[in-house]
Amino acid sequence: MTTRRTIMAGAAAALTALGLTAGSALAATEIHWWHAFSGRLGELLAAQVEAFNASQDEYVVIATNKGNYSETLNAGIAAFRAGEQPHILQVYEVGTATMMAAAGAVVPVHELMASAGAEFDPSVYLAAVKGYYTTPGGEMLSLPYNSSTPVLYVNRDALEAAGIDPDTDLSTWENVGGVLDALKEAGHECPLTTAWQSWVHLENLSAYHNAAFATMENGFGGLGTELTFDGPVQVAHIAAMGQWAQEGKFIYSGRRNEGGARFRAGECALFTESSAGYAGVKAEATFDFEIRPLPYWAAVEGAPQNTIIGGASLWVLSGHTDEEYKGVAAFLNFLSGTDIQAAWHQDTGYLPITMAAYEATKEAGFYDENPGTDIAIIQMTGKAPTPDSKGLRLGSFDQIRGIIDEELEAVWAGSKTAEQALGDAVSRGNELLRRFETANQ
Amino acid sequence: MDKRVTFRHRLLPWLLLAPQLAVTALFFLWPAAEAVWQSAFLPDPWGTKAIFVGFDNFTFLFGDPNYRESFAVTAIFSFSVAALSMGLALALAVGADRVIKGSGLYRNLLVWPYAVAPAIAGVLWLFMFNPSIGLVAYYLKALGYNWNHVLHGGEAMTLVVIAAAWKQISYNFLFFLAGLQAIPRSLIEAAAIDGAGAGRRFWTIIFPLLSPTTFFLLVVNVVYAFFDTFGIIHIVTGGGPQRDTTTLVYKVFSDGYEGQDLGSSAAQSVILLVVVGILTVIQFRWVERRVHY
Repeated sequence: MTTRRTIMAGAAAALTALGLTAGSALAATEIHWWHAFSGRLGELLAAQVEAFNASQDEYVVIATNKGNYSETLNAGIAAFRAGEQPHILQVYEVGTATMMAAAGAVVPVHELMASAGAEFDPSVYLAAVKGYYTTPGGEMLSLPYNSSTPVLYVNRDALEAAGIDPDTDLSTWENVGGVLDALKEAGHECPLTTAWQSWVHLENLSAYHNAAFATMENGFGGLGTELTFDGPVQVAHIAAMGQWAQEGKFIYSGRRNEGGARFRAGECALFTESSAGYAGVKAEATFDFEIRPLPYWAAVEGAPQNTIIGGASLWVLSGHTDEEYKGVAAFLNFLSGTDIQAAWHQDTGYLPITMAAYEATKEAGFYDENPGTDIAIIQMTGKAPTPDSKGLRLGSFDQIRGIIDEELEAVWAGSKTAEQALGDAVSRGNELLRRFETANQ
Repeated sequence: MDKRVTFRHRLLPWLLLAPQLAVTALFFLWPAAEAVWQSAFLPDPWGTKAIFVGFDNFTFLFGDPNYRESFAVTAIFSFSVAALSMGLALALAVGADRVIKGSGLYRNLLVWPYAVAPAIAGVLWLFMFNPSIGLVAYYLKALGYNWNHVLHGGEAMTLVVIAAAWKQISYNFLFFLAGLQAIPRSLIEAAAIDGAGAGRRFWTIIFPLLSPTTFFLLVVNVVYAFFDTFGIIHIVTGGGPQRDTTTLVYKVFSDGYEGQDLGSSAAQSVILLVVVGILTVIQFRWVERRVHY
């Protein structure tokens, strides 16, 4: 009943919002965009919208913040059920399968562009980014908006204080292990911490070592997918992390990005986090820091493959007029423009979604002035993605991540071995996948 | 002689009841019926289709050992919240009842936390106990205790219990204070003259006479701990570490709202409704017998 109540409240709020904006009807066609950005990101988003509105007078984009990612998705769903959905909805990457299964509720981007007669060349987008939002047949379903990938942040001062050469090679977990030992011996209280443990240490770990996270191309091949992240590569990594946790070398800070505050405060020496955390670290860190590629296990053959993205994409919802969809197409093309993307990339630390924006940023000398900001792109594009490294498409993925969080916590607390925990996570997650399969057949 | 006022009018009682009945039907019966209906389906989140699955949602839930465990978590949580908030509120009410000067000020201050939104209460306590920047965690560390509710289930449970109980103390305090003030002074004075000490007066006179209030608050607090606390749990622990603070209502919220699994969420609501119904029956049949009106 609580759920019902929240959904009803969401729907009511959605109605009010629409009612209010409809009151100020303009001659231009209105395009509504519901998003999950507030604070600095919200300001940058608003600036993009203003630039689009100023660039032409046929359409007016109205951007509305609907809370965090899951709140935004829920607001969109509730509004759709009430027939009051916005044109564009920002959905986080774990919601991709939910959106894809919503046949009839979404208009795939490639269809939108075709029917609106807009220019659209999918090849300009970074393969590693768009792959996450593309069907196995190569059709783009949503427009990538904010994408990032995990990297390693290093507090150089902390390494130096512990008598370690700050330029030491940290490209492999084997080397990182040695540095953690040295930090611990020097009495450091937080040698390593992380944000988003499932995303960094299981999802990306799997892709980076070309190990399947799930069957059927990580779920791209269909709803019958089954989790397989309890393979030897993942078990070995989680076992090593668990060992470090027991020895006080890996400090668990929480399920989200709680570790960020600790790293920025100088408390932790090494930190695995999204490349989009760069702006925050740069703004707050009072120590010498550096971005390094995410470490890999040298013992695993073929590693490093490529890392995968996190973040969100823009989905177009069905039920609007052709005229409005023309505006949506124009706006999405505007957002993909080189200048807009290059600025977005440089301001936020998110990846540029087009190759042209990357080149423009390089030419402007941004990477020379801000060393390490191109590592995320190199890490993602260094090798052509394989079926096991192009992304994940799993139903109920938000809940599966919750299950992974719970099971990993058991490893960090020492109450389960890596093998037990990952095995349990796989069998619990598979039950949810079967439910999702039944519900969406 | 039996004196009774009678209303001949048959319509009037219904008319007077109508607003309350309408509210109950609109905000309780209708959603509850809807939840029962939905619990037999496996819908897709967008409402475009729903597959009838009968009791499958329930068998799925009870086949899950983690769901069964969350009953135990809920029992520990609810009992602790009710005991802690009622115990402290009673102690404070007894104290405030004795204060003569400035009693209004004390009372007002003690009522304040009730006006705090659950999420804010959660953040407040989270800040104090944050393992790296929290003041309380800092002092605990100075005492040699390494507080880390992010990893230790017992500490996480303690923290959500404290935060949830703290919010409810004010409400309980108001009722206990009113209850205390309704106890005739003459009874207490008579006991005092007979030589009963403060403790004895409390346990043999005040506490039994407070029992209607205590009983009422017990029902209210259990319902509070069951339904109204997911905001605090969401902010403070997110149900973790592992599943140590995942109560039944928190699971309803996270499965339905974050997981978009509306069928399972509806089934859980129905189970929760039955559990609270049974609890209320138990309270009224067995606990209420010990209440003196």
